[in-house]
Amino acid sequence: MEQILANGVYLGSQYAMIALGLTLIFALMNVLNFAHGQMYVIGGFVTYTFYGQWGVPFVLALVMSCVTLAILGALIEKFLFAPVIKGSAREESTMLLAAGIAFLLDALILIIFGEKQRGVPKIVNGVFNYDFRLIMPYDRILVCVLAILSVVAFIALMQYTKTGRALRALAQDRTAAQLMGVNVDRYSMIGFALGAMLAGLVGGLLVTITGVNLGMGGPTSIKAFMMVMIGGAGVISGAIWGGIILGFMEAIGLAVLSQYGDITYLLIFISLMIFLAIRPQGLMGKPWG
Amino acid sequence: MGFSARQLIGVGLFLFAIFVGVPLIIGATGRWDFYFTLTSVALLAIASAGVWLTFYIGRINIGQGAFALIGAYVSAILVVKAGWSFWVSLPAAGLFAALIAVLIGLPILRLRGVYFAMITLVLTQVVTLTALALPITNGAKGISSIPLPSGVSLFGIPLLPDFAAMGNTKLAFYYTACILMIATYAALYRLVNSRLGHLCRSMQQNEELASSIGVNIAYIRIVIFAISSFFGGIGGAMFGSIAQSVYPSSFQVADSVNFMLNCFLGGLGYVFGPMLGTLVLYFGWDLLFEFGKYQMLIYATILILIIRFLPNGLLSVRIGKGGGK
Repeated sequence: MEQILANGVYLGSQYAMIALGLTLIFALMNVLNFAHGQMYVIGGFVTYTFYGQWGVPFVLALVMSCVTLAILGALIEKFLFAPVIKGSAREESTMLLAAGIAFLLDALILIIFGEKQRGVPKIVNGVFNYDFRLIMPYDRILVCVLAILSVVAFIALMQYTKTGRALRALAQDRTAAQLMGVNVDRYSMIGFALGAMLAGLVGGLLVTITGVNLGMGGPTSIKAFMMVMIGGAGVISGAIWGGIILGFMEAIGLAVLSQYGDITYLLIFISLMIFLAIRPQGLMGKPWG
Repeated sequence: MGFSARQLIGVGLFLFAIFVGVPLIIGATGRWDFYFTLTSVALLAIASAGVWLTFYIGRINIGQGAFALIGAYVSAILVVKAGWSFWVSLPAAGLFAALIAVLIGLPILRLRGVYFAMITLVLTQVVTLTALALPITNGAKGISSIPLPSGVSLFGIPLLPDFAAMGNTKLAFYYTACILMIATYAALYRLVNSRLGHLCRSMQQNEELASSIGVNIAYIRIVIFAISSFFGGIGGAMFGSIAQSVYPSSFQVADSVNFMLNCFLGGLGYVFGPMLGTLVLYFGWDLLFEFGKYQMLIYATILILIIRFLPNGLLSVRIGKGGGK
């Protein structure tokens, strides 16, 4: 039981970070970022290159992941999303763009990093063992703690800084924010960069445990969509709850139903559909966000 | 409905091109593999037509892969396990997909916008996982070596030839797929220009307003979703018959996304948009094959450029910017 709870916290903290980035981008620009999983993979590969291949300290490699993704996100927003949003008759056209970017990033990852599964040396050795009831490698604990710290830092940023206030205003009402003197274009870019950066950060953290490969992008995006739906699209607390709930469901499902094969995910999907039929806006969302 | 002379000529040219032109060109160039590509385009265009129809009531549908997979499995099971003729199983597959769509649609069509989009995306995963888990679908092994469609004759007069006895099944499948595609788009055109089509447009703009002037929106969106899934089921069933096999991975999330992209690329304001979108996306992908590992890169770049400069779809070139709202 303790083991399941610990696994749940561990999975939930990472999932929450992935979902946060996606929901931030959605809240600001009404864009469903299909490329989120690919951004996560790029983050993993950047950390792999710096830490695993060139021997740069892990923290520095993480920072490099964040910086790379932030720049990438800012460029994508400035040169692709912003003009398309302005020029299209229906805002759903951005979904085509997002899917195109997902393909593009997949192609770039394939060309630059190759299709092999990559892993890095452990950052901390040893295993935490409490009476054989709770077993957890130290590096997982460290990653979990770092993830929780990042989530806390992100919330603090959104709550207490000028940038955070501007971003929240933008998410609430774009026109009103503009009328209050928020530079909408600039903060959209910052928000997108921040969302991409979060994806990169999780990728960098997780490369130390699960490694990274090209095929991880798509499934990660789908998981992120699910978390966002559980919590409610465009709501930060919702994304965190969604991540934690999905993490726990996965941990419990894998422990209880392991002998039935892949049935865990089928059950999660079906319960999600029933849940959404009853509560379409998710846990925290506003209706028709 | 009255058609102008120009429209009739256009349709005539189009029919001539696909039934006479394409076989002539393929015969002249010897690229027999194009038959398979173009057959796939026609079938995917049928499924995309369904997605386009859900767009028409203002819903983003990323779940067509689910219905295509359902259709493919229903047809395969009926042909292999129950010994039905393929031509009977084809409408059965469509109807079964439509039935599932009604059952699932009742709760999920209440959702809108990205919520509907994301739940239909999840639906594709559900169907894939269900196909893996159920005993009748044979799990990951799938159903393979499905017999080719058999002949149909009425009172001794052969209506449809026996595919297994034919030397060139590629051409036969190509014609079948094209005829199905034309029937689909004719039906779609008729639907859009009917009373139901007008009601759909009113829903696309504002559901509450449409409801307030007496449009039964709950009924219409179920009907439309069922028709849409019927197309998906037909397309999927035909695909399974051509490939002679169905696996849980035959239609995945990526396929569902592609169906949606076909509609976007062709243009959401035009009935024939999804057909063009499918042709460009699928054929383009095939043509880029010789670039090897840069195939994906070039493909994605072109896709992004198109959407960057023609955000309202390829067919919007004709109307100009802001057209077809």
